[in-house]
Amino acid sequence: MLKLTKLISCPIICLSMSIISPPAFAEDLVAKGLNIAKKVDFLDTGYEDLSADMEMILRNRQGKETRRKMRNKTLEYVKDGDKSLMIFDSPKDVKGTALLTFSHKKKSDDQWLYLPVLKRVKRISSSNKSGPFMGSEFAYEDLSSQEVEKYTYKFIKDEMIDNQNCFVIERKPRYKRSGYKRQLLWISQKIYQPLKIDFFDRKNTLLKTLIFKDYKQYSQKFWRASELFMQNHQNGKSTTLKWNNYQFKNGYKSSHFSKNSLKRLR
Amino acid sequence: MKKIIVFLMACSLLTTSPITLADSSRQSNNFFDAWKETSWELNTASLSLEARYFFNEATSSKQHKANLSASFESTFYKNMYDDKLLLTFTPFLRADQGDKERTHGDIREFIALWADETWEASAGIGKVYWGVAESSHLVDIINQTDLIENIDGEDKLGQPMISLTFINEDYGTLATYLLPKFRERTFPGVKGRLRSIPHVDNDSPVYQSSQRDNHLDYALRYSKTLGDFDIGLSHFSGTSREPIFNVQFKTPSNIVLIPNYFLIKQSSLDFQATIEEWLFKFEGIYRSSDNDNYFAAVGGFEYTHSGAFDSSYDIGYLLEYNFDDRKDKALTPFQNDIFAGLRMVFNDEQSTEFLLGFIIDADNQGHSINLEGNRRIGDSMKLTIESRIYSHFPQNSLLSGFKNDDYLQAELAYYF
Repeated sequence: MLKLTKLISCPIICLSMSIISPPAFAEDLVAKGLNIAKKVDFLDTGYEDLSADMEMILRNRQGKETRRKMRNKTLEYVKDGDKSLMIFDSPKDVKGTALLTFSHKKKSDDQWLYLPVLKRVKRISSSNKSGPFMGSEFAYEDLSSQEVEKYTYKFIKDEMIDNQNCFVIERKPRYKRSGYKRQLLWISQKIYQPLKIDFFDRKNTLLKTLIFKDYKQYSQKFWRASELFMQNHQNGKSTTLKWNNYQFKNGYKSSHFSKNSLKRLR
Repeated sequence: MKKIIVFLMACSLLTTSPITLADSSRQSNNFFDAWKETSWELNTASLSLEARYFFNEATSSKQHKANLSASFESTFYKNMYDDKLLLTFTPFLRADQGDKERTHGDIREFIALWADETWEASAGIGKVYWGVAESSHLVDIINQTDLIENIDGEDKLGQPMISLTFINEDYGTLATYLLPKFRERTFPGVKGRLRSIPHVDNDSPVYQSSQRDNHLDYALRYSKTLGDFDIGLSHFSGTSREPIFNVQFKTPSNIVLIPNYFLIKQSSLDFQATIEEWLFKFEGIYRSSDNDNYFAAVGGFEYTHSGAFDSSYDIGYLLEYNFDDRKDKALTPFQNDIFAGLRMVFNDEQSTEFLLGFIIDADNQGHSINLEGNRRIGDSMKLTIESRIYSHFPQNSLLSGFKNDDYLQAELAYYF
């Protein structure tokens, strides 16, 4: 009953707000969008480091599933971007392959790939941002460190989804070679984490929708979704990304995230 | 210099000895308890079946036209002392239908690695890769090439070594290697294809060193990343991995090539600049021995066009130039050659990719075409297709023995 009144009262309040308050200027919307993005980032700082297991379930149009397993380790680096390691466990032919990323706020990320059969550490170009990650519906840019500086923002509106009040903000990539013209984010006003993202391709057509499910709080502060569901509207394929076994504050040091350490990851 | 390195190596040996390990691990259990508490884990294993078909009749009537071959490789790990001590064991076996020299086994790795924050020490049989270029691997010298596996030179034999590495985030990484045992290069036997005419006699190599294959070799490598640049400076002193050949008449009708392994000193530089979708690469070596002194280099670029033609494909364009100042005396076909390559990465679920390469000899117009492609089948199989075509190599060219050896190869690997 309570919920119902809330739902009804919301449009009335919104309506009355828009009558009373003067129309917001464009720069106010930009500032408000940026402030929301900054708050999302601020509330998530101080996690130091984390490790988690990833499982990807790729579904083609016929519903046939393929699975990928990875492990992720991230070291927070507030001055520039975070450092991260991704170790591939399946499919078996790529087992032991590892990807080291130093993300940067203003320039392109640095990436090294370790190929276990050749024992070769290869510096690779990180400019392939729009490419599919492991054949999934996630692009590399969807999984890279989401630094505030990588986008411009604009506040669009308040909206309720799944009974949660959200800020809807639009962000546009500032980096080159993004596959997106823009993204619409639904940020929960309660936990300041995204619940949904709509991705629009370079022609500004809706390409994908990402839904964040089952948020859990770690270390009484950091919210992480347990499951991400990405639906591609143009090719009919979808990918579920499950995050398991989140561990915060493992005491990682930057020496764990080096070209040298890539060779001894197991 | 040598004495200092020997001392450093000896230190590394001591630190990896079982007794010291138990003390430094701050755990009460000794090495044998730690050994018992941990188990060997199978990381990967693969069984591969390879079929090769040669388009033309062989130069020698002893050689085969088609060939089947099977190989097995697996990697086992054992982690001890909270992952500080890592043991790796990688056996390899191949059984070949047509060439008994190609039926061989090797321990690719059997090594203990102790890793701390600022240093690493390892002892055993290991594998080390240096370098950046795609068309040739000049700088990579620690491991002997298992040439009989594939003429691309990317398969390597396990190398006995003791290694100590110092790591500093500001100053870079210094790796030192002591290499006590030399491994001979593998060559196809008299019945094998893709070989020189006459064939190489694998049984009686000649060494410059009186210690033959027991000469103690050493190597040093300094490497550092500076923003967009990755650089490596290396030095090697010891038995050359690349033999020089003498013709020997075993009987008037039985002519063979005898590999001669000289003692060499090789200094090298490798460098890569990674600027957006451009990779600029360079490898250069200076090698001196009693036989000759020379300079060789490979340099070029790789440009990747991702999302080409509104698809999710990546198309890579590669161009590399190979130079060797021994000119025609060079023991490599790459003395004045241009490599042009096209890499297609489909970014699909099956990780399909192709690399098509052309090598053109600027001196004699000889050229070869390489095609390599692979695709995953289901979750645990991978199909690899490989084809090499050689044409217009003059009689005296190093590759002239291959002139009838154009081939197509398919390999199906099962991973478990």
